[in-house]
Amino acid sequence: MIKKIFFQLVFFNLFFLKEVFAAESGGMPQLNPEFWISQIFWLTLTFGILYVVLSKLILPKISANLELRKSQIQENIEAAEKQRESSEAKLKEYDDIISKSKLEANNIFKEARENVLKEINVKKETLDKQIDEEVKKVEEEINLLKKGASEKINKIAIETTSELLVKLIGTEVNNSSISAIVDDLSKRNGDKYYGN
Amino acid sequence: MAANPMTQFEVYRIGPEIKIGALDISFTNASLFMVVSSLAILVIFNLGSKKNSLLPNKIQLLAELSYTFVSKMISDTAGSKAKPYFSFIFSLFMFVLFCNMFGMIPYTFTVTSHIIVTFVLAAFIFIGVTIIGFIKHGLGYLKLFVPSGVPIVLLPLIVVIEIISYLSRPISLSVRLFANMMAGHTMMKVFGGFVISLGVVGGWLPLSFSVALTGLEILVAFLQAYVFAILTCIYLNDALNLHH
Repeated sequence: MIKKIFFQLVFFNLFFLKEVFAAESGGMPQLNPEFWISQIFWLTLTFGILYVVLSKLILPKISANLELRKSQIQENIEAAEKQRESSEAKLKEYDDIISKSKLEANNIFKEARENVLKEINVKKETLDKQIDEEVKKVEEEINLLKKGASEKINKIAIETTSELLVKLIGTEVNNSSISAIVDDLSKRNGDKYYGN
Repeated sequence: MAANPMTQFEVYRIGPEIKIGALDISFTNASLFMVVSSLAILVIFNLGSKKNSLLPNKIQLLAELSYTFVSKMISDTAGSKAKPYFSFIFSLFMFVLFCNMFGMIPYTFTVTSHIIVTFVLAAFIFIGVTIIGFIKHGLGYLKLFVPSGVPIVLLPLIVVIEIISYLSRPISLSVRLFANMMAGHTMMKVFGGFVISLGVVGGWLPLSFSVALTGLEILVAFLQAYVFAILTCIYLNDALNLHH
Protein backbone atom coordinates (compact mmCIF):
# COMPACT_ATOMS: atom_id res chain seq x y z
CA MET A 1 0.00 0.00 0.00
CA ILE A 2 2.66 2.46 1.09
CA LYS A 3 4.90 1.27 -1.68
CA LYS A 4 2.17 1.88 -4.18
CA ILE A 5 1.53 5.35 -2.81
CA PHE A 6 5.22 6.03 -2.93
CA PHE A 7 5.46 5.07 -6.57
CA GLN A 8 2.39 7.07 -7.37
CA LEU A 9 3.93 10.05 -5.67
CA VAL A 10 7.15 9.64 -7.57
CA PHE A 11 5.19 9.41 -10.76
CA PHE A 12 3.09 12.46 -9.99
CA ASN A 13 6.13 14.36 -8.86
CA LEU A 14 7.77 13.89 -12.21
CA PHE A 15 4.53 14.64 -13.99
CA PHE A 16 3.98 17.90 -12.23
CA LEU A 17 7.57 19.01 -12.21
CA LYS A 18 7.51 18.70 -15.97
CA GLU A 19 4.22 20.56 -16.06
CA VAL A 20 5.63 23.30 -13.90
CA PHE A 21 8.75 23.76 -15.92
CA ALA A 22 6.68 23.66 -19.07
CA ALA A 23 4.44 26.40 -17.75
CA GLU A 24 7.36 28.84 -17.45
CA SER A 25 5.05 31.57 -16.20
CA GLY A 26 7.40 32.70 -13.50
CA GLY A 27 8.51 29.11 -12.77
CA MET A 28 8.63 27.70 -9.26
CA PRO A 29 8.39 30.27 -6.48
CA GLN A 30 10.63 27.95 -4.48
CA LEU A 31 13.56 28.71 -6.75
CA ASN A 32 13.16 32.45 -6.36
CA PRO A 33 15.92 33.44 -3.95
CA GLU A 34 14.28 36.69 -2.92
CA PHE A 35 13.09 35.43 0.47
CA TRP A 36 15.61 32.66 1.07
CA ILE A 37 17.51 34.57 3.67
CA SER A 38 14.30 35.53 5.42
CA GLN A 39 13.13 31.91 5.45
CA ILE A 40 16.46 30.67 6.77
CA PHE A 41 16.42 33.33 9.46
CA TRP A 42 12.87 32.63 10.60
CA LEU A 43 13.36 28.87 10.39
CA THR A 44 16.44 29.10 12.59
CA LEU A 45 14.66 31.39 15.00
CA THR A 46 11.41 29.46 15.35
CA PHE A 47 12.98 26.02 15.29
CA GLY A 48 15.66 27.13 17.72
CA ILE A 49 13.11 28.48 20.18
CA LEU A 50 10.97 25.38 19.69
CA TYR A 51 13.93 23.11 20.35
CA VAL A 52 15.11 25.02 23.41
CA VAL A 53 11.66 25.24 25.01
CA LEU A 54 10.83 21.61 24.24
CA SER A 55 14.13 20.21 25.44
CA LYS A 56 14.50 22.40 28.53
CA LEU A 57 10.93 22.74 29.75
CA ILE A 58 8.39 20.44 28.22
CA LEU A 59 10.05 17.14 27.39
CA PRO A 60 11.64 16.66 30.83
CA LYS A 61 8.20 17.22 32.35
CA ILE A 62 6.58 14.63 30.09
CA SER A 63 9.40 12.22 30.80
CA ALA A 64 9.05 12.81 34.55
CA ASN A 65 5.29 12.32 34.28
CA LEU A 66 5.77 9.04 32.46
CA GLU A 67 8.36 7.86 34.96
CA LEU A 68 6.16 8.88 37.85
CA ARG A 69 3.21 7.02 36.42
CA LYS A 70 5.36 3.98 35.76
CA SER A 71 6.72 3.97 39.29
CA GLN A 72 3.27 4.63 40.74
CA ILE A 73 1.82 1.71 38.84
CA GLN A 74 4.76 -0.42 39.87
CA GLU A 75 4.26 0.60 43.49
CA ASN A 76 0.59 -0.18 43.31
CA ILE A 77 1.33 -3.57 41.82
CA GLU A 78 3.86 -4.24 44.55
CA ALA A 79 1.44 -3.12 47.26
CA ALA A 80 -1.24 -5.35 45.81
CA GLU A 81 1.21 -8.22 45.72
CA LYS A 82 2.15 -7.60 49.34
CA GLN A 83 -1.46 -7.48 50.41
CA ARG A 84 -2.17 -10.67 48.55
CA GLU A 85 0.76 -12.35 50.28
CA SER A 86 -0.29 -11.15 53.70
CA SER A 87 -3.86 -12.26 53.12
CA GLU A 88 -2.57 -15.63 52.01
CA ALA A 89 -0.50 -15.88 55.17
CA LYS A 90 -3.54 -14.93 57.23
CA LEU A 91 -5.58 -17.57 55.46
CA LYS A 92 -2.90 -20.14 56.19
CA GLU A 93 -2.81 -19.08 59.83
CA TYR A 94 -6.55 -19.41 59.99
CA ASP A 95 -6.41 -22.85 58.43
CA ASP A 96 -3.71 -23.87 60.89
CA ILE A 97 -5.75 -22.66 63.83
CA ILE A 98 -8.81 -24.48 62.57
CA SER A 99 -6.97 -27.75 62.03
CA LYS A 100 -5.18 -27.43 65.37
CA SER A 101 -8.39 -26.79 67.24
CA LYS A 102 -10.02 -29.67 65.43
CA LEU A 103 -7.20 -31.93 66.54
CA GLU A 104 -7.44 -30.61 70.06
CA ALA A 105 -11.17 -31.17 70.16
CA ASN A 106 -10.64 -34.68 68.92
CA ASN A 107 -8.05 -35.32 71.61
CA ILE A 108 -10.28 -33.94 74.32
CA PHE A 109 -13.14 -36.03 73.12
CA LYS A 110 -11.01 -39.17 73.04
CA GLU A 111 -9.63 -38.50 76.50
CA ALA A 112 -13.06 -37.89 77.92
CA ARG A 113 -14.32 -41.06 76.35
CA GLU A 114 -11.47 -43.09 77.75
CA ASN A 115 -11.96 -41.59 81.19
CA VAL A 116 -15.62 -42.35 81.13
CA LEU A 117 -14.98 -45.87 79.92
CA LYS A 118 -12.42 -46.42 82.66
CA GLU A 119 -14.79 -45.15 85.30
CA ILE A 120 -17.53 -47.31 83.98
CA ASN A 121 -15.24 -50.32 84.05
CA VAL A 122 -14.13 -49.62 87.61
CA LYS A 123 -17.69 -49.19 88.79
CA LYS A 124 -18.74 -52.29 86.94
CA GLU A 125 -16.00 -54.31 88.58
CA THR A 126 -16.87 -53.11 92.09
CA LEU A 127 -20.52 -53.73 91.44
CA ASP A 128 -19.71 -57.21 90.13
CA LYS A 129 -17.72 -57.91 93.24
CA GLN A 130 -20.49 -56.69 95.46
CA ILE A 131 -22.99 -58.74 93.57
CA ASP A 132 -20.75 -61.79 93.79
CA GLU A 133 -20.36 -61.32 97.55
CA GLU A 134 -24.09 -60.93 98.07
CA VAL A 135 -24.78 -63.97 95.94
CA LYS A 136 -22.24 -65.95 97.95
CA LYS A 137 -23.78 -64.84 101.25
CA VAL A 138 -27.23 -65.71 100.08
CA GLU A 139 -26.05 -69.08 98.80
CA GLU A 140 -24.41 -69.79 102.15
CA GLU A 141 -27.60 -68.88 103.93
CA ILE A 142 -29.56 -71.10 101.60
CA ASN A 143 -27.16 -73.94 102.20
CA LEU A 144 -27.44 -73.41 105.92
CA LEU A 145 -31.17 -73.39 105.72
CA LYS A 146 -31.12 -76.51 103.57
CA LYS A 147 -28.99 -78.31 106.06
CA GLY A 148 -31.22 -77.26 108.99
CA ALA A 149 -34.40 -78.04 107.08
CA SER A 150 -34.04 -81.84 106.97
CA GLU A 151 -33.44 -82.06 110.67
CA LYS A 152 -36.41 -79.82 111.41
CA ILE A 153 -38.57 -81.82 109.05
CA ASN A 154 -37.42 -85.03 110.74
CA LYS A 155 -38.27 -83.56 114.13
CA ILE A 156 -41.66 -82.47 112.91
CA ALA A 157 -42.15 -85.86 111.33
CA ILE A 158 -41.21 -87.61 114.57
CA GLU A 159 -43.57 -85.47 116.65
CA THR A 160 -46.44 -85.86 114.28
CA THR A 161 -45.77 -89.55 114.02
CA SER A 162 -45.73 -89.94 117.83
CA GLU A 163 -48.93 -87.91 118.17
CA LEU A 164 -50.54 -89.91 115.37
CA LEU A 165 -49.46 -93.10 117.05
CA VAL A 166 -50.90 -91.87 120.36
CA LYS A 167 -54.18 -91.11 118.75
CA LEU A 168 -54.24 -94.31 116.73
CA ILE A 169 -53.10 -96.81 119.29
CA GLY A 170 -53.24 -94.86 122.46
CA THR A 171 -49.87 -95.83 123.61
CA GLU A 172 -46.75 -93.86 123.59
CA VAL A 173 -44.01 -95.20 121.44
CA ASN A 174 -40.44 -94.53 122.30
CA ASN A 175 -39.31 -91.44 120.48
CA SER A 176 -35.94 -92.87 119.65
CA SER A 177 -37.38 -95.81 117.75
CA ILE A 178 -39.59 -93.47 115.70
CA SER A 179 -36.71 -91.22 114.95
CA ALA A 180 -34.71 -94.22 113.77
CA ILE A 181 -37.44 -95.15 111.30
CA VAL A 182 -37.81 -91.52 110.13
CA ASP A 183 -34.09 -91.20 109.66
CA ASP A 184 -34.05 -94.39 107.73
CA LEU A 185 -36.92 -93.22 105.50
CA SER A 186 -35.48 -89.81 104.99
CA LYS A 187 -32.15 -91.28 103.97
CA ARG A 188 -33.80 -93.69 101.54
CA ASN A 189 -36.25 -91.25 100.06
CA GLY A 190 -34.41 -88.03 100.81
CA ASP A 191 -34.22 -87.23 97.15
CA LYS A 192 -37.93 -87.34 96.85
CA TYR A 193 -38.59 -84.79 99.60
CA TYR A 194 -35.76 -82.35 99.51
CA GLY A 195 -34.65 -82.33 95.97
CA ASN A 196 -31.03 -82.83 96.93
CA MET B 1 -5.48 33.43 -6.66
CA ALA B 2 -4.97 32.62 -10.28
CA ALA B 3 -5.45 29.24 -11.88
CA ASN B 4 -1.72 28.71 -11.80
CA PRO B 5 -1.19 25.91 -9.29
CA MET B 6 2.16 27.34 -8.26
CA THR B 7 0.86 30.63 -6.88
CA GLN B 8 0.09 28.94 -3.58
CA PHE B 9 3.82 28.59 -2.99
CA GLU B 10 4.57 32.27 -3.41
CA VAL B 11 6.18 33.95 -0.47
CA TYR B 12 5.12 37.50 0.26
CA ARG B 13 6.03 40.00 2.88
CA ILE B 14 3.72 40.60 5.81
CA GLY B 15 4.29 43.94 7.41
CA PRO B 16 7.34 46.12 6.90
CA GLU B 17 10.61 45.21 5.29
CA ILE B 18 13.21 44.25 7.90
CA LYS B 19 16.85 44.32 6.93
CA ILE B 20 20.04 43.43 8.75
CA GLY B 21 22.78 44.94 6.64
CA ALA B 22 22.14 43.74 3.12
CA LEU B 23 20.10 40.75 4.31
CA ASP B 24 16.33 40.84 3.98
CA ILE B 25 14.76 39.07 6.95
CA SER B 26 11.24 40.42 6.54
CA PHE B 27 8.38 38.61 8.19
CA THR B 28 6.60 36.64 5.47
CA ASN B 29 3.72 34.22 5.21
CA ALA B 30 6.32 31.44 5.48
CA SER B 31 7.59 32.94 8.73
CA LEU B 32 4.00 33.24 9.93
CA PHE B 33 3.36 29.53 9.51
CA MET B 34 6.67 28.59 11.08
CA VAL B 35 5.66 30.66 14.10
CA VAL B 36 2.13 29.23 14.09
CA SER B 37 3.40 25.63 13.90
CA SER B 38 5.95 26.15 16.65
CA LEU B 39 3.41 27.87 18.86
CA ALA B 40 0.86 25.12 18.26
CA ILE B 41 3.42 22.48 19.24
CA LEU B 42 4.45 24.40 22.33
CA VAL B 43 0.85 25.04 23.41
CA ILE B 44 -0.27 21.44 22.88
CA PHE B 45 2.73 19.88 24.60
CA ASN B 46 2.68 22.41 27.38
CA LEU B 47 -0.95 21.59 28.08
CA GLY B 48 -0.12 17.90 27.78
CA SER B 49 2.64 18.08 30.37
CA LYS B 50 1.06 20.49 32.84
CA LYS B 51 -0.94 18.13 34.98
CA ASN B 52 0.09 14.63 35.78
CA SER B 53 -2.88 12.51 36.60
CA LEU B 54 -2.64 8.77 36.87
CA LEU B 55 -5.34 8.53 34.25
CA PRO B 56 -4.21 11.02 31.58
CA ASN B 57 -6.72 13.25 29.87
CA LYS B 58 -6.87 13.48 26.09
CA ILE B 59 -4.23 16.14 25.56
CA GLN B 60 -1.89 14.57 28.07
CA LEU B 61 -2.36 11.23 26.36
CA LEU B 62 -1.56 12.87 23.03
CA ALA B 63 1.64 14.37 24.38
CA GLU B 64 2.72 11.16 26.08
CA LEU B 65 1.89 8.97 23.10
CA SER B 66 3.93 11.28 20.84
CA TYR B 67 6.76 11.13 23.34
CA THR B 68 6.79 7.35 23.51
CA PHE B 69 6.31 7.09 19.73
CA VAL B 70 9.39 9.20 18.98
CA SER B 71 11.43 7.67 21.76
CA LYS B 72 10.62 4.17 20.50
CA MET B 73 11.48 5.21 16.95
CA ILE B 74 14.87 6.51 18.08
CA SER B 75 15.73 3.54 20.27
CA ASP B 76 14.68 1.12 17.51
CA THR B 77 16.80 2.72 14.81
CA ALA B 78 19.72 4.33 16.61
CA GLY B 79 19.92 2.47 19.91
CA SER B 80 20.36 3.81 23.40
CA LYS B 81 23.36 5.99 22.47
CA ALA B 82 21.04 8.35 20.62
CA LYS B 83 19.23 9.37 23.77
CA PRO B 84 20.92 12.81 24.07
CA TYR B 85 19.55 13.68 20.62
CA PHE B 86 15.98 12.78 21.54
CA SER B 87 14.89 16.38 22.04
CA PHE B 88 16.25 17.43 18.69
CA ILE B 89 14.62 14.59 16.78
CA PHE B 90 11.37 15.11 18.65
CA SER B 91 11.37 18.81 17.80
CA LEU B 92 12.29 18.04 14.21
CA PHE B 93 9.53 15.46 13.80
CA MET B 94 6.93 17.69 15.40
CA PHE B 95 7.99 20.77 13.47
CA VAL B 96 7.87 19.02 10.11
CA LEU B 97 4.63 17.25 11.00
CA PHE B 98 2.89 20.43 12.13
CA CYS B 99 4.14 22.42 9.15
CA ASN B 100 2.87 19.68 6.83
CA MET B 101 -0.46 19.46 8.60
CA PHE B 102 -1.03 23.22 8.72
CA GLY B 103 -0.37 23.19 5.00
CA MET B 104 -3.38 20.91 4.58
CA ILE B 105 -5.76 23.65 5.68
CA PRO B 106 -7.05 25.53 2.61
CA TYR B 107 -5.52 28.95 1.92
CA THR B 108 -2.59 28.29 4.23
CA PHE B 109 1.06 28.17 3.32
CA THR B 110 3.09 24.98 3.48
CA VAL B 111 6.46 25.81 4.97
CA THR B 112 7.96 22.45 4.05
CA SER B 113 7.09 22.86 0.38
CA HIS B 114 10.05 25.18 0.03
CA ILE B 115 13.37 23.60 -0.85
CA ILE B 116 15.31 26.18 1.09
CA VAL B 117 13.57 25.28 4.35
CA THR B 118 13.96 21.53 3.98
CA PHE B 119 17.49 21.96 2.71
CA VAL B 120 18.53 24.03 5.72
CA LEU B 121 17.12 21.36 8.03
CA ALA B 122 18.77 18.55 6.07
CA ALA B 123 22.09 20.37 5.83
CA PHE B 124 22.04 21.04 9.55
CA ILE B 125 21.39 17.35 10.20
CA PHE B 126 24.09 16.32 7.72
CA ILE B 127 26.71 18.61 9.21
CA GLY B 128 25.71 17.72 12.76
CA VAL B 129 25.83 13.98 12.09
CA THR B 130 29.21 14.29 10.39
CA ILE B 131 30.62 16.26 13.32
CA ILE B 132 29.21 13.73 15.81
CA GLY B 133 30.73 10.90 13.78
CA PHE B 134 34.18 12.48 13.73
CA ILE B 135 34.01 13.33 17.44
CA LYS B 136 32.96 9.81 18.38
CA HIS B 137 35.30 7.87 16.11
CA GLY B 138 37.97 10.33 14.99
CA LEU B 139 39.31 9.53 11.55
CA GLY B 140 37.93 6.02 12.03
CA TYR B 141 34.61 7.50 10.94
CA LEU B 142 35.98 7.32 7.38
CA LYS B 143 35.59 3.55 7.65
CA LEU B 144 31.95 4.27 6.96
CA PHE B 145 32.93 4.52 3.30
CA VAL B 146 34.67 1.14 3.29
CA PRO B 147 32.08 -1.59 3.73
CA SER B 148 33.45 -4.83 5.09
CA GLY B 149 33.38 -7.98 3.02
CA VAL B 150 33.85 -6.26 -0.33
CA PRO B 151 36.41 -7.70 -2.76
CA ILE B 152 39.57 -5.59 -3.08
CA VAL B 153 39.03 -5.14 -6.79
CA LEU B 154 35.67 -3.52 -6.27
CA LEU B 155 36.79 -1.41 -3.34
CA PRO B 156 37.76 1.83 -5.17
CA LEU B 157 34.44 1.86 -6.97
CA ILE B 158 32.47 1.09 -3.81
CA VAL B 159 34.26 3.80 -1.85
CA VAL B 160 33.46 6.39 -4.53
CA ILE B 161 29.81 5.28 -4.56
CA GLU B 162 29.63 5.40 -0.78
CA ILE B 163 31.11 8.89 -0.66
CA ILE B 164 28.69 10.13 -3.30
CA SER B 165 25.75 8.56 -1.48
CA TYR B 166 26.90 10.09 1.79
CA LEU B 167 27.32 13.53 0.29
CA SER B 168 23.95 13.34 -1.44
CA ARG B 169 22.19 12.65 1.85
CA PRO B 170 21.19 16.26 2.56
CA ILE B 171 19.95 16.67 -0.99
CA SER B 172 17.90 13.48 -0.99
CA LEU B 173 16.54 14.22 2.46
CA SER B 174 15.48 17.75 1.62
CA VAL B 175 14.23 17.08 -1.89
CA ARG B 176 12.14 14.11 -0.71
CA LEU B 177 10.16 16.23 1.70
CA PHE B 178 9.97 19.34 -0.45
CA ALA B 179 8.96 17.48 -3.60
CA ASN B 180 6.35 15.42 -1.86
CA MET B 181 4.72 18.45 -0.30
CA MET B 182 4.91 20.54 -3.40
CA ALA B 183 3.65 17.81 -5.69
CA GLY B 184 0.76 16.94 -3.43
CA HIS B 185 -0.38 20.52 -3.05
CA THR B 186 0.02 21.25 -6.74
CA MET B 187 -2.01 18.19 -7.58
CA MET B 188 -4.77 19.21 -5.24
CA LYS B 189 -4.80 22.68 -6.72
CA VAL B 190 -4.95 21.28 -10.24
CA PHE B 191 -7.87 19.03 -9.40
CA GLY B 192 -9.57 21.91 -7.59
CA GLY B 193 -9.13 23.95 -10.77
CA PHE B 194 -10.71 21.12 -12.79
CA VAL B 195 -13.74 21.20 -10.52
CA ILE B 196 -14.23 24.89 -11.32
CA SER B 197 -13.57 24.63 -15.01
CA LEU B 198 -15.76 21.55 -15.55
CA GLY B 199 -18.60 23.05 -13.53
CA VAL B 200 -21.68 21.36 -12.13
CA VAL B 201 -21.89 18.87 -14.98
CA GLY B 202 -18.45 17.36 -15.08
CA GLY B 203 -16.92 18.63 -11.87
CA TRP B 204 -17.99 15.74 -9.69
CA LEU B 205 -15.29 13.36 -10.83
CA PRO B 206 -12.36 15.71 -10.05
CA LEU B 207 -14.16 16.73 -6.86
CA SER B 208 -14.30 13.16 -5.61
CA PHE B 209 -10.70 12.73 -6.66
CA SER B 210 -9.83 15.89 -4.77
CA VAL B 211 -11.49 14.52 -1.63
CA ALA B 212 -9.54 11.28 -1.94
CA LEU B 213 -6.35 13.26 -2.53
CA THR B 214 -6.92 15.24 0.64
CA GLY B 215 -6.93 11.99 2.62
CA LEU B 216 -3.84 10.82 0.78
CA GLU B 217 -2.09 14.13 1.40
CA ILE B 218 -2.80 13.96 5.12
CA LEU B 219 -1.24 10.51 5.10
CA VAL B 220 1.72 11.85 3.12
CA ALA B 221 2.09 14.78 5.51
CA PHE B 222 2.47 12.36 8.41
CA LEU B 223 4.52 9.86 6.44
CA GLN B 224 7.02 12.43 5.22
CA ALA B 225 7.53 13.85 8.70
CA TYR B 226 8.08 10.30 9.92
CA VAL B 227 10.47 9.49 7.06
CA PHE B 228 12.39 12.71 7.69
CA ALA B 229 12.77 11.90 11.37
CA ILE B 230 13.60 8.24 10.86
CA LEU B 231 16.23 9.00 8.22
CA THR B 232 17.78 11.43 10.68
CA CYS B 233 17.83 8.58 13.19
CA ILE B 234 19.47 6.27 10.66
CA TYR B 235 22.16 8.84 9.83
CA LEU B 236 22.69 9.36 13.53
CA ASN B 237 22.95 5.60 13.99
CA ASP B 238 25.73 5.52 11.37
CA ALA B 239 27.60 8.17 13.29
CA LEU B 240 27.06 6.67 16.73
CA ASN B 241 27.38 2.94 16.09
CA LEU B 242 29.95 2.55 13.38
CA HIS B 243 29.70 -1.05 12.27
CA HIS B 244 30.11 -1.09 8.55
